[in-house]
Amino acid sequence: MTWLSNDLVERLRDVATRPELATNRYAILRPIGRGGMGSVYAARDEQLGREVAIKVSNAAAPADDLDQRLRQEAKVLARLEHPGIVPVHDAGLLDDGRWFYVMKLVRGETLADHAASLDHEAARLVVFERVAETVAFAHAAGIVHRDLKPSNVMVGQFGEVLVLDWGVARVLARVDRGGGPGAHADDRHPDGAADGTSGGTRMGTAGFMAPEQAHGDSSNAGPPADVYALGALLFWMWTGSPAPADLDDLSRSLGAASPAPSKRLAAIIRKCLAPAPAARYASAKELVDDLAHYRQGAAVSAYRETALERAGRWLIRYQTFVWLVLSYLVMRVAFAFLR
Amino acid sequence: MKKPVLGLLLGAVLGAFDGLTALGTPEVASQIVGIVIGSTIKGLIVGALVGWYAYRVQSLSKGLLVGLVVAAFFAFLVAAIPQPDGRHYWIEIMLPGSIVGLIVGYATQQFGQGRGAVAR
Repeated sequence: MTWLSNDLVERLRDVATRPELATNRYAILRPIGRGGMGSVYAARDEQLGREVAIKVSNAAAPADDLDQRLRQEAKVLARLEHPGIVPVHDAGLLDDGRWFYVMKLVRGETLADHAASLDHEAARLVVFERVAETVAFAHAAGIVHRDLKPSNVMVGQFGEVLVLDWGVARVLARVDRGGGPGAHADDRHPDGAADGTSGGTRMGTAGFMAPEQAHGDSSNAGPPADVYALGALLFWMWTGSPAPADLDDLSRSLGAASPAPSKRLAAIIRKCLAPAPAARYASAKELVDDLAHYRQGAAVSAYRETALERAGRWLIRYQTFVWLVLSYLVMRVAFAFLR
Repeated sequence: MKKPVLGLLLGAVLGAFDGLTALGTPEVASQIVGIVIGSTIKGLIVGALVGWYAYRVQSLSKGLLVGLVVAAFFAFLVAAIPQPDGRHYWIEIMLPGSIVGLIVGYATQQFGQGRGAVAR
């Protein structure tokens, strides 16, 4: 008897699990990744002559929960037209009745792999702010991601930052076909729950999910749950580890990070990671605004500074102005003495 | 506050202050009122021009350059007027005057409401 090599077994498994597309428009090229809900393949769009990515439901049978989630994800993505969200080109059914959708093939690496190259604060904040802006856009459109984590953020070859995996996203409001902020949805999850979760469902990733999600209240997770995850992402970018639940551990870890975040940035992270949703930023937009203030050297809502700190920050922010005024005064004094 | 208004106010205040520093020069102390008025008017004109430029063009480096050039030009005109003893205070007037132009140029670029801004 001859044993099959691992390589051969892998190839056989690949061939056996390759989706049979009802259309001949797409030719499957290779598997890219497999998650809990679906598998992603690189494919060639024969009609347009370009490579695309196809996500196929892992459902055992058509119309089961995973299948509905994939369909929901495709609809959410189709509504969210934003540079930080992978555009959906097409969707349809496999020969066996399961759902698939076609999206842009993104070349790059996940933030989990890319983070090591972000060695200074400005570079980290550029990437993080793009993630937060994308999530803010989704919040404005009434959609909560609910599973933000480093492996769900893709950094492209040209620095583009994309938020992936909207499979457990929750639709809060009604959204129209325009898909922009302020728009309203015209349909919800097929089970009527707007997200396919019911009370007691736990969704997300440990270390990145908000306490309310961890306690099984995913169906009520609103924008503050994403704010928590964004805070956890920021924490991870500085410390390399998921956020601890204990606030003292949190402060200790931030203090021990190398380089440690500034007091004001640490306060922003702590505000995001507050256990009570009401104590966090109400939405990702508020977080984005506070981060913009931080970058500009302005006051941030998360940190109450002393008068001395405020003066120091003002001096640093307007140092050119201060130098000009000082130069003027010194010159005037010098002329008075030299006369 | 609109940038041209900010430029006017800042130019007037700094111009008046710049004129008052002449109090430290005994030779011209008797003409202090005329100096302060003249310096304030100079500051107003420089502030208005630099503020108007900042309203039109959003660029710190260009704003600084315009502030410097405009203020230096007007300071030159003032310094060109000979004192009663026939002397010219070129450096004493032009150097601080130019720095005042830089200050106004910087302030009008960094603060105040530009053309594209919306009042909050």
